[in-house]
Amino acid sequence: MGELKLPGGRLEEKFEDAKPLYDDAEALAEANRCLYCSDAPCIQACPTSIDVPTFIRKIATGNIEGSAQTILAANILGYSCARACPVEVLCVGACVYNQWGREPIAIGRLQRYALETALRKRPRLLAGARKPATGRRVAMVGGGPASIAAAGLLALEGHRCVIFERKAIPGGLDVLGIAPYKLQANDALAEIAWVLGQGEIDLRTGVEVVDGEGSAPGQISARRLLEEFDAVLLGLGLGEDSKLGVPGEQGEGVVGATWMIEKLKSDPGYTLAGIRRALVIGGGNTAIDAARELARIGVPDVAMVYRRSRNEMPGYAHEWEGARLDGVRLIEKRVPVAILRDVNGKLVALQVAEAHEGRAVSSATTDIPADLVVLAIGQAKMTALARAFGGVQLDARGRVVVDPATHRTGNPRVWAAGDCVNGGKEVVNAVGEAKIAARDIDRVLRGAAD
Amino acid sequence: MADLSIDFAGVKSPNPFWLASAPPTNTGDQVMRAFDAGWGGAVWKTLGNPIVNVSSRFGGVDYGTQKLMGLNNIELITDRPLEVNLREIREVKKRYPKHALVVSLMVETKEEWAEIIRKAEDAGADALELNFGCPHGMCERGMGSAVGQEPRVLEEITRWAVEYATTPVIIKLTPNVGDITEPAEAAVRGGAHALSLINTIKSIVGVDLDRMVPLPRVGSASSNGGYCGPAVKPIALHMVSQIARHPGIQVPISGIGGIATWRDAAEFIALGSTSVQVCTAVMHYGYRIVEDMIDGLSRFLDDKGMKSVGELVGRAVPQYKEWGELDLSYRVVADIDANKCIGCQLCYAACMDGAHQCIHLPGRDERRALALGHLHFPKKVPARARDARPGTPEFRVPFVDEDECIGCNLCALVCPVPGTITMKEVPSGRAPETWNDRVAKGTDFVPGGLEATARARGKG
Repeated sequence: MGELKLPGGRLEEKFEDAKPLYDDAEALAEANRCLYCSDAPCIQACPTSIDVPTFIRKIATGNIEGSAQTILAANILGYSCARACPVEVLCVGACVYNQWGREPIAIGRLQRYALETALRKRPRLLAGARKPATGRRVAMVGGGPASIAAAGLLALEGHRCVIFERKAIPGGLDVLGIAPYKLQANDALAEIAWVLGQGEIDLRTGVEVVDGEGSAPGQISARRLLEEFDAVLLGLGLGEDSKLGVPGEQGEGVVGATWMIEKLKSDPGYTLAGIRRALVIGGGNTAIDAARELARIGVPDVAMVYRRSRNEMPGYAHEWEGARLDGVRLIEKRVPVAILRDVNGKLVALQVAEAHEGRAVSSATTDIPADLVVLAIGQAKMTALARAFGGVQLDARGRVVVDPATHRTGNPRVWAAGDCVNGGKEVVNAVGEAKIAARDIDRVLRGAAD
Repeated sequence: MADLSIDFAGVKSPNPFWLASAPPTNTGDQVMRAFDAGWGGAVWKTLGNPIVNVSSRFGGVDYGTQKLMGLNNIELITDRPLEVNLREIREVKKRYPKHALVVSLMVETKEEWAEIIRKAEDAGADALELNFGCPHGMCERGMGSAVGQEPRVLEEITRWAVEYATTPVIIKLTPNVGDITEPAEAAVRGGAHALSLINTIKSIVGVDLDRMVPLPRVGSASSNGGYCGPAVKPIALHMVSQIARHPGIQVPISGIGGIATWRDAAEFIALGSTSVQVCTAVMHYGYRIVEDMIDGLSRFLDDKGMKSVGELVGRAVPQYKEWGELDLSYRVVADIDANKCIGCQLCYAACMDGAHQCIHLPGRDERRALALGHLHFPKKVPARARDARPGTPEFRVPFVDEDECIGCNLCALVCPVPGTITMKEVPSGRAPETWNDRVAKGTDFVPGGLEATARARGKG
């Protein structure tokens, strides 16, 4: 496995960091503003319960390495989370300064500062004490943040972990999906390289876990994983971008949102040259991200098309506010009914109908001219792959069913964490679930009574 | 990983962080919670004949938005029955055999000292700390700082205690004296096994200007109290190091006074403390602060290649010299980093009015600068100052006239952005020389003084 780094020339590199790294003076000033609350609300707001007041205090006392260690003890992907988390609705939103009508502490920025500073000085820092090898082997299916976090934690416990990632580039949405102005792919990859150094972890990219025989090159069967490993963690994430299912959808100019963002971040050949008007279908965070990225990269006219009203948009309010300031327009209460193309098949416009309660109510339609239509209306679930592991149950929405206290599935040797369980949340949620799964896997592997 | 354990006059402690005798060590439950949090030792709230306290008891000094830079108290020793305290001491010692449990004592007569020492030791105290420092309430009764301020009385009582005690006797000193080495020497003459300092400083924190009553207010009046917290740290550091460098005093020191972080603790230890005691920071933030103290001190020792606290004790003491031994030829000048400067110009204001008028602002010629109060105009104006345009951020960045700068540090101290102003060493062109050297050579006369002096020195 060579050095994890993507080549230059990707569109992602044109984006500026929306929250640049603090310098020492900025970090010290902000850290000293923290009140060091008792039973702090920010800790409770964090899905991984990072001891925020303590790590901030350690920046103030000049114990940067202790600060980094405090963060990593609770969240092994604390670096990604520092840059990607929607802090406005998590720790920063819970900061007591909000009650006081004063600016909340910039917790994410302090977290990034502590980790970058400590790791620059000591790149081989361990997230915890490494225990002796146990001889046990754990397979991770999928190389996204849930699997990476679990592998790091289990490797520190002394277990050998093998991560199977279908794509050539590991990291899942943490590498290929986070908005470039928050976290760039190579920084997320550097974090993964650091996690791999925590213990005996083998990352196998370009290897797909499949149902059935798995005899083709670059494939391995689910059955074989169950045979050869002591435990399996499903970090399947989500599947392909969902389609509209309207006439004219097939063809150039209509792309899935996560597909487009992945291209923008990882493919030096991807270009948006000539795109003057883009429409993003959807009202969730992926839609807002896609719209903001298009606006910030220079597409002159970017609009979101949402079937309900603005107030009903599921995306974070602060992200929509950011989109608005980036110049993104919102076309609300409209539902796509067709994609219009010219005689050469080139995308010309999106045809929409008025919607009420999310459904088209009129046969009268409007044509909105567009050079690019981005679909952000959800992603498929990885149900077929989940079912390849006998005993694993899915709920009505296609999510893997687990015992929330252990994240164990219906198959006693299979655990699951991340988007394939929660339906699609943040990196920090994937880590929180991976912690629970890793703790239970470790318990079982050490022979605790089941 | 450094070894933080210490041996303090024979008392073993897993780390040097002790709680001082105060409200945080009032009850056994508190002390046990503190030990669970990581504290290595605790000095029990002073035992004696139970007193009656007033309400309210504490006053504070805030600084801008920083709360409790200093804390003042008019609280007295324990208000709980002796038997309750002793029972709890016994229980704590049994449950936490490896932690240092010191019991603070304050009584009046020889018989009372004999009794309370016996009872405290029977209860399991690892050591005794004699409170000769409480500066309010008890001294009026002939105890506390009244003893600390009278070396002969201090020596006598110390001698009684050492005679009766089978455990180490620590004498806690009051800072409310002219020369801390006097009571320290008296304690050592009396046989003290160790010293702890400082106790609190006599103080009044403020005045209620509506009621015309000093603070903290008890009804329609107030009284002076004992000051502690970060504000007193420099006073405590001085007194600790005075004793540490005293050739006639070899007993271990427990340093007390405004310690809030691992760095504070390291400074006290470097200046001669073997253990440190904390009160105000715990009252402000809770027992939990000890975790970073342990973590931070341990990493610090590792970084410096020291394997134990013992290697740090007193490391800075030899470098504490008399003023006359300081090198007059050592020169530093201020350096302003234009990339980090945010343009508040506080350094300029401080140097103009409070130092030597050698920080200049861009955009002025010599005539203007002199008219505004400068005494000299710099021979070298840096390019960035010459090129700065009015209305731009660069125009607000001051620059230093290095030829005139006397290296006093003031600008660096007032600058709000850490790392912007640094003091850089520059060669003075002179060989090292102290004032004492000049006195020895007879070249210590600086012209421009009194006629009487000049005549006496044969220079008139």
